[in-house]
Amino acid sequence: MNLVLITEQTLNGLQLGVMLFLMAAGLTLVFGIMNLVNLAHGALYMVGAYLTTYFFQATGSYVLAVVLGLAGTLAVGVVTELIALRTLYERDHLDQVLATFGLILIFNELIAILWGRAALYSSIPEYLSGHVQLTETLRYPLYRLTIIGIGLSVAVLLWYVVTRTRIGMLIRAGASNRTMVAALGVNIRLLYTIVFGFGAALAGLAGLLSGPIYAVQPGMGELILIQVFVVIVIGGIGSIRGAFAGALIVGMVDTLGRAFLKPMLATVISPTAADLAGPAIASMLIYLLMAGVLAFRPAGLFPAAR
Amino acid sequence: MTRRDWALVILLGLLAAVPPLAALLHEPFYLDLLRRVMIFAIAAVSLNLILGYGGLVSFGHAAYLGIGAYAVGILAHYGIHNGWLQWGLAIGVSALVALAIGAISVRTSGIYFIMITLAFTQMLYYLGISMAEYGGDDGMRVPVRSQFSGLIDLNDGTAFYYLVLAILAASIYLVHRVVHSRFGRVLQAARSNEARTRAIGFSPYPYRLTAFVISGAMCGIAGALLVNHTAYLTPEFMNWTRSGELMFMVILGGIATSSGPLLGAAALLLLEDVLQGWSLLPREAVRDHWQLYLGVILLLVVLFAKRGLAGLLPGKNE
Repeated sequence: MNLVLITEQTLNGLQLGVMLFLMAAGLTLVFGIMNLVNLAHGALYMVGAYLTTYFFQATGSYVLAVVLGLAGTLAVGVVTELIALRTLYERDHLDQVLATFGLILIFNELIAILWGRAALYSSIPEYLSGHVQLTETLRYPLYRLTIIGIGLSVAVLLWYVVTRTRIGMLIRAGASNRTMVAALGVNIRLLYTIVFGFGAALAGLAGLLSGPIYAVQPGMGELILIQVFVVIVIGGIGSIRGAFAGALIVGMVDTLGRAFLKPMLATVISPTAADLAGPAIASMLIYLLMAGVLAFRPAGLFPAAR
Repeated sequence: MTRRDWALVILLGLLAAVPPLAALLHEPFYLDLLRRVMIFAIAAVSLNLILGYGGLVSFGHAAYLGIGAYAVGILAHYGIHNGWLQWGLAIGVSALVALAIGAISVRTSGIYFIMITLAFTQMLYYLGISMAEYGGDDGMRVPVRSQFSGLIDLNDGTAFYYLVLAILAASIYLVHRVVHSRFGRVLQAARSNEARTRAIGFSPYPYRLTAFVISGAMCGIAGALLVNHTAYLTPEFMNWTRSGELMFMVILGGIATSSGPLLGAAALLLLEDVLQGWSLLPREAVRDHWQLYLGVILLLVVLFAKRGLAGLLPGKNE
């Protein structure tokens, strides 16, 4: 194992981590404030990826496609909230899980009807392709660096909005006592819709960024959704800070595990056994990590203050 | 017996009458379809124990379906076709895994419980995919069915059908007995009010965990039946959508009722069959996108018809 490879994989882990954070931030806010289990969050990720891919092909302008994709996902999110999810806030978790599971099926099939089941080719603009010479021996894709940059900027922006602005104050207040916030004259329904739309846009952002790296196809959202659940369980529900820490931990562990577990095992056990066990254990690593965290910190690493 | 119980007995009686009727009408297809329905009904019955009576929203019940199937399939892969051994392993491993997952997840509640059960099932799904020896992503054929020392021949469609029916009836009865025992009362008490249950001196944790393990083991049997039914094994048995479908069966049929899981499994799988072969609409559009209709129905049932199909049966609601 050389240093270049380790640095490269660490950057990959960071990139997966910020992607997970974009998803987890929206989901954890919705959990924390509306007490809603939204399985359809992954569907919004998919919608973001599809809309941006479509608009990029249609208009030829990446910036315009990103703007339209984000606005489109936000609109889809808000409409979904108004039509279906709004009635679910007062229901129990079982109803929420089943109804949003139904929404996933609907979204996946609608996408399949519109664009087909085959994976869509999603390209990146000329100026974001290519590599950056980080050190003499390490060249890293510019696009992945861009994702890391955007992800970290969004994290800082979120921190600023939640802790330093009036809307952030309302969000925090809504999370700790919604009845009281409503009694103080805040339109809590509107706040819910804003938060949901905001979370949807973040999911759309994650989706459109990941499009060119992973496959754009129906059901793409669910694969990442379950990883995001792991992130939230590790970080603690309702906590943005927890989501950030959890996302980076999960991104790193997953990426480094897949890259280095097999060669590391091979030094301990026979190479053939490592060939068999390595990938199996690597794919289970984040779940085992989650079990470990839960055993010692049942409320996650950074539980939201109540 | 209440009128509800009689309705259930009549339902099972009707199922028992299917093989001679199917033979009479030369429609062996229905035998196959209803056997599949009953196998999923067993899984749904097991889920109903923890979801309906225990209030534990497990989004990972497909895991035990997969474990039961893999236990049978892996032994068959090494030429061990002894059914007692295969099914014993299926039940044992399902119970052990349920104990491990339950020990961690039952400590939590609400959203955490849902996400953790889902995540662990996904872990097992990826484990199934990464086991190249047992077919990996594609799965593997399990051509030889379990052999029960000449006692019953699963290659005989009718005999297999009646075995599944017997196991279904037995599992409904078992859940009925568990629910109406002291153990079941505590379990239901903890569902309706945990604080009061604690106050009168019961810690819900061991009760919930035990129910979780019973439920997992029972679902393991359904998995063993399923792999014998399909003669094929794939990680898709453990796909998270499968877990969602099992939950939907319980809700559609009627949560915390004895006939609900059977009604729900029948309704969902027959609906799937009808939608895929519907001739009124352009066939391709329906067959390819029947999950869209399923999603809409699911949404409508959850939003407007919480009592489920069992609520339509005569008799008082439980």
